[in-house]
Amino acid sequence: MKISMFHLMPYRDLPAGFEKKYNSSWFTLPFPKVADANKAAQYYNWTLDELQFAAAAGFDGICTNEHHQNAYGFMVNPNMMGSVLARATRGTNTAIIQMGETAVFLNPPIRVAEEYAMLDCISEGRMVAGFPVGLGGDFAHSYGFAPMEQRGRYREAHDLITKAWQAEEVFVWNGKYYQLPMVSTWPRPVQKPHPPVWVPGNASPSTWDFVLQNNYCYCYLTYFGAKGADKTVGGYWKRAKELGRDNNPYRLGYLIPVGVAETDQAADDLYARHIEYFYHKLLHIPEALFMPPGHMTHSSLSYLITKRPLPPFDTLKKSSYRDFKNNEYLVTGSAESVTEQLLSIIKRLRVGNLMLLPQFGSMPHETTMENIDRIAKDVLPHLRQVWDDEGWENHWWPENCKQQTRQAA
Amino acid sequence: MVNTHTETVTVLGDLLDINIDIAGKGEPLVFLHSAGGLQWDPFLERLAEKYTVYAPYFPGTFPGKPNDIEHVEDVWDATLAYDDLLAALEIESTFLIGHSFGGLLAGELAAFKPERIRKLVLIAPIGLWHEDAPYTVADWTAKGADELPKVLFHNTDSELVKAALTPPEDEDIAAEALVQFLWTLGCTAKVIWPIPDKGLRKRIHRVSAPALVVWGENDALIPPAYARIFADSLKQAEVCMIPNCGHVPPLEQLDTLTSAVSKFLAAPAQQ
Repeated sequence: MKISMFHLMPYRDLPAGFEKKYNSSWFTLPFPKVADANKAAQYYNWTLDELQFAAAAGFDGICTNEHHQNAYGFMVNPNMMGSVLARATRGTNTAIIQMGETAVFLNPPIRVAEEYAMLDCISEGRMVAGFPVGLGGDFAHSYGFAPMEQRGRYREAHDLITKAWQAEEVFVWNGKYYQLPMVSTWPRPVQKPHPPVWVPGNASPSTWDFVLQNNYCYCYLTYFGAKGADKTVGGYWKRAKELGRDNNPYRLGYLIPVGVAETDQAADDLYARHIEYFYHKLLHIPEALFMPPGHMTHSSLSYLITKRPLPPFDTLKKSSYRDFKNNEYLVTGSAESVTEQLLSIIKRLRVGNLMLLPQFGSMPHETTMENIDRIAKDVLPHLRQVWDDEGWENHWWPENCKQQTRQAA
Repeated sequence: MVNTHTETVTVLGDLLDINIDIAGKGEPLVFLHSAGGLQWDPFLERLAEKYTVYAPYFPGTFPGKPNDIEHVEDVWDATLAYDDLLAALEIESTFLIGHSFGGLLAGELAAFKPERIRKLVLIAPIGLWHEDAPYTVADWTAKGADELPKVLFHNTDSELVKAALTPPEDEDIAAEALVQFLWTLGCTAKVIWPIPDKGLRKRIHRVSAPALVVWGENDALIPPAYARIFADSLKQAEVCMIPNCGHVPPLEQLDTLTSAVSKFLAAPAQQ
């Protein structure tokens, strides 16, 4: 079992009532009206401190991600964060998990091949290469690409990047979306043939097929909780079997917010408002703005609308902490209860690469640091051995991170 | 009630099939639908009383053939696909009507083969851009079911609008309809994202057909200021502003629209 800390890096202190004035905290929320660059400066540094602390405290990996034009999480270039973290954890076995730089947002996407290779060098072979398809809104609204091009560009960018990492000779790339006259990427990744690839997704069956065909790790990132994930993840495992893949739990990553306190009651008191801030304020966005038409394949769109695997987006706004907790949107409680709940989720979904979100919503720095500390000390040790008895190899973890912990530099 | 039938015509070499609804008798009239897709509505029904109406489905928007859109990348592909379509149907000379997104394509088609178009009707077309009247494709794709009607329609008293806003009672049928609608928005958005200013301004001068530019006075989606901008860009154009009307004159002011269009089409062409 590998357990990493994920960070979204939200704006933690939006003005009260902003959501009545603005219809979204994504894409159209004007920074100068609701935010402060000095606070953003503090958040970036807190985020780096929190991730670095998690690595030191015993998390196996630290994850950064990319979103644009929002208060929800504005780590616009995860590789800038990742490179700071790679350097700060030099000499340790912490995996630097980029979840990730989104190839289709960059033109040409060969930039991702270069930056990831550079980061794999800086981290001395400790990087996991996340290949997100990217949120439809980020692609279409922030970066101005036609939603319907997202899948095609993604597949082509993937093929281009993986080829650029491995090609022995200079090559010409004449793609549908990208044309490059001479591809000769410098540097190349330390890991051969390339760093392990994780693909975050939110229930598109077409993404499952892509992941399984390429033998990557699928990371289910959902807003709708582990109870609701049973059905989706079941679909993924069923597809894996159909495509002749084994049920190695490390084929699956799963992300969940976690809050630990002294007692269950103390956790309720401490974390309720922060998760409500996350769902009510940071996910304040009309569904139509979040998912521009065309960014999913027709079969995925049809699946989502006619089979209704997920509740309507606006139910999030109507739900309270108790609802979120009951449906395992997050896990909170004493270390003992949290351990028990996480074990249940891990086993039910068959998760090998677990990602925890110890900072969510409006959680301030001190609370986050305490939470990370409690999780690392009192929860992680009880989760580590979950899959040991089945004897699976984690093929999706950097080899250089599998060695015994090295002395911090 | 006229009988419509659907034909399939192969275009772009043998890459793509276009499905087309055909009805009526008389001289040919081609209708290009808006971003929401083709609905055989009373406006087309009335036109089919006098003309043979050809209404193609934009690639990908014909039910059951969603992936046809893969063969169309941009406005140029779409224009050539429709040009191939007219050639295959042996339509040498035609009236051409385009609504909104279809207006952009109608303008492109008329600019590409001006000699083929007898008269051009543009109903609230997109395709030109002025800094003082900004609009983007997200203005209609990023609006939910509660918001979109507000920007599409002004005259919500119209029975046709009321009918359009009433979802099917059966949940499964409603879900299928929503899939079809969202996919259609995605297909049409593909060639015009994010701003439908794709070069028509450089080509529109080539249009030689007399043109009628129709706009709802209360269009909250595409600013009515564009009526004048289009008319001024065309060699020979008149403007018809329709009161108490938003972006969808065929549903909001059917009588006024039909009367203006019929009169324009029937009038002898001025040389």
